[in-house]
Amino acid sequence: MSKIKDMFRDGLWNKEINVRNFVQMNITPYEGDSSFLCGPTERTQKLWDLCKEAIKEETENNGVRSIDTEIVSNITAFDAGYIQKDLELIVGLQTDELLKRAMKPYGGIAVVEKACSEQGLEVSDRVKDIFRNYAKTHNDGVFDVYTDEIRKFRSLGFLTGLPDNYARGRIIGDYRRLALYGIDRLIEAKKEDLRGLLGPMTDDKIRLREEVAEQIKALAQIKELGTKYGLDLSRPAESAQEAVQWVYMAYLAAVKEQDGAAMSLGNVSSFLDIYIEYDLQNGTITEERAQEFIDQFVMKLRMVRHLRMNAYNEIFAGDPTWVTEAIGGRLMDGRHKITKTSFRFLQTLYNLGPSPEPNMTVLWSNTLPENFKNFCAQVSIDTSSIQYENDDLMQSTRKSDDYGIACCVSFQEIGKHIQFFGARTNLAKTLLLAINGGRCEMSGKQMIEGVPALKSDVLDFDEIMANYKIAMKEVARVYNESMNIIHYMHDKYYYEKAQMAFVDTNPRINLAYGIAGLSIVADSLSAIKHAKVKVVRNEQGLSTDFKIEGDFPCYGNDDDRVDNLAVEVSGYFNSLLSELGVYKNAEPTMSILTITSNVVYGLKTGATPDGRAHGVPFAPGANPMHGRDKNGAIASLNSVAKLDYKNALDGISNTFSIVPKSLGADENVRRENLVTMMDAYFSKEAHHLNVNVLNRELLEDAMENPGEYPQLTIRVSGYAVNFVKLTREQQLEVISRSFFDRM
Amino acid sequence: MLNVHSFESLGTYDGPGIRLVVFLQGCNFKCLYCANPDTIECKGGKPTSAEEIVSMAINQQPFFGKKGGLTFSGGEPLLQAKELIPVLKALKAEGFHICVDTNGSVLNDFVKEALEYIDIVLLDIKQMNEERHRALVGQSNDKTLKLAEYLNEINKPVWLRYVLVPGYSDDLKDLKQLGEHFGGYENIEKLEIQPYHHLGAHKYDHLGWKYELEGVPSNTPEQLETAYQIFKQYFKEVIIN
Repeated sequence: MSKIKDMFRDGLWNKEINVRNFVQMNITPYEGDSSFLCGPTERTQKLWDLCKEAIKEETENNGVRSIDTEIVSNITAFDAGYIQKDLELIVGLQTDELLKRAMKPYGGIAVVEKACSEQGLEVSDRVKDIFRNYAKTHNDGVFDVYTDEIRKFRSLGFLTGLPDNYARGRIIGDYRRLALYGIDRLIEAKKEDLRGLLGPMTDDKIRLREEVAEQIKALAQIKELGTKYGLDLSRPAESAQEAVQWVYMAYLAAVKEQDGAAMSLGNVSSFLDIYIEYDLQNGTITEERAQEFIDQFVMKLRMVRHLRMNAYNEIFAGDPTWVTEAIGGRLMDGRHKITKTSFRFLQTLYNLGPSPEPNMTVLWSNTLPENFKNFCAQVSIDTSSIQYENDDLMQSTRKSDDYGIACCVSFQEIGKHIQFFGARTNLAKTLLLAINGGRCEMSGKQMIEGVPALKSDVLDFDEIMANYKIAMKEVARVYNESMNIIHYMHDKYYYEKAQMAFVDTNPRINLAYGIAGLSIVADSLSAIKHAKVKVVRNEQGLSTDFKIEGDFPCYGNDDDRVDNLAVEVSGYFNSLLSELGVYKNAEPTMSILTITSNVVYGLKTGATPDGRAHGVPFAPGANPMHGRDKNGAIASLNSVAKLDYKNALDGISNTFSIVPKSLGADENVRRENLVTMMDAYFSKEAHHLNVNVLNRELLEDAMENPGEYPQLTIRVSGYAVNFVKLTREQQLEVISRSFFDRM
Repeated sequence: MLNVHSFESLGTYDGPGIRLVVFLQGCNFKCLYCANPDTIECKGGKPTSAEEIVSMAINQQPFFGKKGGLTFSGGEPLLQAKELIPVLKALKAEGFHICVDTNGSVLNDFVKEALEYIDIVLLDIKQMNEERHRALVGQSNDKTLKLAEYLNEINKPVWLRYVLVPGYSDDLKDLKQLGEHFGGYENIEKLEIQPYHHLGAHKYDHLGWKYELEGVPSNTPEQLETAYQIFKQYFKEVIIN
């Protein structure tokens, strides 16, 4: 520790585990432009060529290069793995071979077996025997306890993507802690916490004591993981290279143990900048070397893989891992957190080419340096690989300046706060319960009681709203019950000990609920209110179609008459959720986010009163429905900006696609206009924006000639994907979206 | 009430910065290449009040940044000059930057009053050659030249716009003639060359009209460069849109 103390400005961080304080004391905010950046070194290029070759093999081999069917993954499983050892400045792979996927059966053995069999492989008899006959999994636990009602809501598509057969993810360890403190100090701190957790021995206290004990074991295992790679993780990092390496080792431990849908990285770039700046100042490294560390780190993050079954792809398309890195933002004291390493991270999109991972998320504030904003806009225009979130809004609402983004869009204070992933519920299908006396419109099954039959087939707004509120209340109740079960069982059978070892012992928790179909609900209610909507029913009395006479305003045109309906419904559903008690006293939050499940939701939802036919995909996240935003991009952004973040603290995702020409005639104008747009959008307290700048024709060509576009990246709802990895249906859905084009 | 065809909230080609473009219904020209033929008929459109437009503009104000604002286009917006005046007044009272995109064929007292509230006139010159102007537009260009003269007199900032249609308006003599005519106008800030495109062609089918420029190719980069070099001799700033 003494060496570190001499290297950096002293502060609270030296007396307690407090990375935020370290960053505050030592950060060097950077106001300049991108001209200092370096291209990739020859070594980096060689290494990346090997990765690209492996990715090609993966693609040609049904999306999976290889699977280890013998070893159950955990922190210390597998020998050290390398891409090519002599070229690697930052080492470590999840398994002993590049892109080899590992089994993590604690989520559920059946899923692992299926994922292997889909690749023509079989899980070893030994592992099958253990997990079928001796060890219990998260999935076993959940299904032991699920009620019939929850099963019904799940199978009929009211609740989708529940983390009940895979790891829940979303928890972000403060991986910086390993670099700043080293394992020994972290173990010491956790042991002290454990000594303080005394009686009375209630359920809560016993559970927490066990969790901390697990964390201590995990830390010891992480030290062992380091040893496999010849690294002494017991002590703090003492150079830029070590800092990057230590942070990566902490993260690697997490992705060796867990296969959560989203395994975010946090906000490491400006922390690492402190070490890089120190080494640069002391002349021990050059800018070229600094960039090389970041390029190689990012390369490793791009190589993270989890074993998934094909069905998983319907909801989380394109094999995402959500290694989300939050870049930028401001400190509470008014300084910004843009450092040269913020630029270096974005520069990897040029040095290694565009990529969905890591999920680069810029925390935007109108007061960030213009040079940085311009660089971001340029990178977005060139790569479509960045998403933006409103730092002013999150910092003032959530009262923290040291946060990362869990998964796609969700605030999480690093090391102080975790969240329980809640997937999402289908509010459009819930609206149909209000029209069908509480029955599922597709199966006819009675889902909820207490919804009166409609008085007339011509829909009456007040009557529908009254029924809808009843339906939402029941759906919220079932949803909440499923969440409590899932997270209880996940803690019990698949506890994230590696990640939680880097989080305070008793963190605050958010339960992250989610909704899908908001734009359909808003437009449907608008149609019912402003036009005449008549329901068409089949012989079972279930709605199959809606006949609409007259015009009605659609969400996405900056028209309060309909936008306010979206605001009201999301606020109302959030208020219902917030009244329900949650496991571990987590605070309920809600997102308006779909990932790529908007396509599968479309299939599972019958015709809706806005004129949408059965099977037509939902708009992603909080987006207006495709083609209904007729007044152009700004009006569309304005509509989404009206949704209240306070009622959707888990995030409001908006995916924006624009053809390059629409931003202006030349490069400078385009960059300037994009910066102006983001400043304006976020000044209206909007939360999130995915920015795609590309031509529809390019995507169409990529569909036909995928081999020519291995790195074509597009932003979908809260993350980015390789376009060519999407299913054909998903590709068509992306192409059908509103591309704002000039007239 | 203004008769509005449609809105484009992300206008990036009709004046400086990001603009709310209000397309007004109805035009007195019938240009062969018109990309918005559905705005030509004076019938149709949606009556829209000054309040509605001001309220949209206020909602979008942050997006206008330091340079942007509103642009009235069409159709021919100055055909509705009388109705425009109260809208422009209300917008000016809120401090918005205003452009009008016109074919220049209307000059009356209403237009003169409207111009008091307009910051930049985007003046479309279709052709300098009278004969070819008639062939392209169906009318003489004398009124347009008159408005240009008036704008010069009152020193109103103008951006000239010129659509370069192969075979119709790309004769080098015509381009030089345009330069000779306007080169001395101090109020002209720039000239925008607008490449010819047939993106509006499908709308003709929809209207049951014949698209007269069927088969006319897009400009080659060389054609654009040639036009650019000619105009550059006469104007402070020339851009290709």
